[in-house]
Amino acid sequence: MLELQDVTITQGAFRLSADFVVAKSARVAVIGPSGAGKSTLLSVIAGFYPAESGRILWDGTDITHIQPGKRPLSILFQDQNLFPHLTIAQNVGLGLRPDLRLSPADHEAVSRALTRTGLQGMEARKPATLSGGQQGRVALTRALLRARPLMLLDEPFAALGPALKAEMLDLVAEITDETGATVLMVSHAPEDARRFAPETILVAEGTAHPPHPTTALLDNPPPVLAAYLGQ
Amino acid sequence: MQAPARPMSRALKTGAALAAALVLTLTLGTLGAVLTRAEGFAGLGAADWSALRFTVTQAAVSAALSLLLAIPAARALARRRFPGRGVLITLLGAPFILPVIVAVMGLLAVFGRSGFLNDGLAALGFARVSIYGFAGVVLAHVFFNLPLAVRLLLQGWLDIPAERFRLAAALGFGPGDIARHLEYPMLRARTPGVFVAIFLICLTSFAVALTLGGGPKATTVELAIYQSFRYDFDLGRAAMLAAIQLGLCATAALLAARFTLPSGFGTGLDRPVARWDANGPFLRTQDIAVLILTSLFLLAPLLAVITAGLPRLGSLPAPVWQAALRSLAVAGVSTLAAIAMALPLALASAARSGRRGLETIGMLPLATSSLVTGTGLFLLLRPLANPGDIALAVTVAVNAAMALPFCLRALLPAARELEADYGRLAQSLNLTGLARLRLLTLPRLRRPLGFAAGLTAALSMGDLGVIALFADEDSATLPLQLYRLMGAYRMQDAAGAAVLLLALSLALFWALDRGGRADA
Repeated sequence: MLELQDVTITQGAFRLSADFVVAKSARVAVIGPSGAGKSTLLSVIAGFYPAESGRILWDGTDITHIQPGKRPLSILFQDQNLFPHLTIAQNVGLGLRPDLRLSPADHEAVSRALTRTGLQGMEARKPATLSGGQQGRVALTRALLRARPLMLLDEPFAALGPALKAEMLDLVAEITDETGATVLMVSHAPEDARRFAPETILVAEGTAHPPHPTTALLDNPPPVLAAYLGQ
Repeated sequence: MQAPARPMSRALKTGAALAAALVLTLTLGTLGAVLTRAEGFAGLGAADWSALRFTVTQAAVSAALSLLLAIPAARALARRRFPGRGVLITLLGAPFILPVIVAVMGLLAVFGRSGFLNDGLAALGFARVSIYGFAGVVLAHVFFNLPLAVRLLLQGWLDIPAERFRLAAALGFGPGDIARHLEYPMLRARTPGVFVAIFLICLTSFAVALTLGGGPKATTVELAIYQSFRYDFDLGRAAMLAAIQLGLCATAALLAARFTLPSGFGTGLDRPVARWDANGPFLRTQDIAVLILTSLFLLAPLLAVITAGLPRLGSLPAPVWQAALRSLAVAGVSTLAAIAMALPLALASAARSGRRGLETIGMLPLATSSLVTGTGLFLLLRPLANPGDIALAVTVAVNAAMALPFCLRALLPAARELEADYGRLAQSLNLTGLARLRLLTLPRLRRPLGFAAGLTAALSMGDLGVIALFADEDSATLPLQLYRLMGAYRMQDAAGAAVLLLALSLALFWALDRGGRADA
């Protein structure tokens, strides 16, 4: 269970407050107008940007001041999710051991995970030789191996076409269903939220609202969301 | 979103702090040692004043001449396309890693007492001219800095948007209108910075003054430091002169800080700009003549050295080879030391975006004279060791410090880019410490690291500075050995040694820079 207790985030004149709970194994979309602070919210949860005040808890443990790499979460960024000079196997292997001193069993686990995400035989290739969709799969494979209980998606599939994006979201859903991970996904597309996330956090006008059933929210949006959706 | 400072690993923090402390010791520390020895300006004699005057005058004249000659050459390169243009532009970067003493040999071969120029003058019945003294110092400085000025001004020309030239053509501008509306404003903006940069280089240049200057009328402050240290062993005077040199450099550096100094390693020098204004036969002839004369001025001295020295390479005396080995060792250790200082400074600067303290410290050697640092180190180490015994160690330290600003300039942009592109990803995967260095930093920074290492190795290989201050018979480096051969009028051996030095410097740069590019 992810808890944000009276969290406030400031960045110059920008302010965002968040006070909500996300249930374990929930899949939650984060939507709202551009510049409302969706990515910033994820940054704070991931530990890249300090909150001004308040606490962030995972299963009751305060993680507010833990380094990003040691938090119980994996994050997929909009881009630069892979190191271009490392092979696919190395990029995935980083999820098991950041120093890449992998045992034979680790190598086997990497290959199994790559097979699981449809990338069998790609171990020795460099990211640049893969398509955008395949690169997204590599990043997902690494998150699968890291097996952290919370996954943050900061629009990693935004550059993909609609069909490919839907395919990737289905893969995320499949993987997290298996592992029971909680997912927070920033999205610009309401149809992605409907497809993927039973609940949605609306970020608008300086507040990140508690999760709300997605269908109800999108069918009957408050004025600020309606304006953003163009309804 | 502005990323806050990344938490740094303890190793990086320690490394950066150590590097900063070392640079501060080598610049401000040695300076302090010198200043406490100096006995005030009351003792400034006529010779000292004359050295000060000569230093400033030759630097100003050298900078002005370099600029004046560079303007037509840069303009010709900017508006002409011809085969070999890229090679010529690359060659213009070469003087940076060319050992000064080799260039001096070449200039002597062309302009010296029995050089081509004087032989020609004599054949025509004119008196022979001497290039020792003011003229020689300025000639050598122009030889080194003209290419730099051309590159910097060429960058200025290429920074004028192509659309401006298109608009000028559409409005029917002639070459005069182009000059007035496009070129003069660019030159007005760029030339002060270029002038100050070259002025600063000429203020601190030592090897040129050592080889071509001398005598009461042509002694720079740096040379006077050397003489009072080496010949008179007058530490008080050396210290006082060092203080004067420092004042000069600091003033020039402050002046330089007021202008945005171009980096000197400009990229994108080959963007083609269509020019409709410069197709007349007169301008065409003018540009061709300028480029041929400039290339001749820069290449003839080198060709003269190479043709004279190449046949002698096989019969070089043993001390030359020993000196070459010593120089290779000095260059190797200096390079390791410079990279060991530059890398943590660059990474730490990149990690704490917005704070420039470390970067400023790393740039300090630019405004420091190597002889002042050498004198200071001697004063600091005198109670501990005999100068002859520590000559090579001091040379390594000074060479590493002097190369540091150039290494930082090469590494910093790449380190910042690395942090911006992959800093968060590495953090999110808990990729830290040595694993981060091995898996992320070194592979991604290979190219600038190779370039910086090549630059440092070549600079250190060709350096004739503090080593002249300290060395005894057993610790001469190759440039110093070459200088001694010239002093003994063994010009044939000197030419052979010059070719060896040139080859080693260029090979070191090529190999290290190449190493950074392999399969990248």
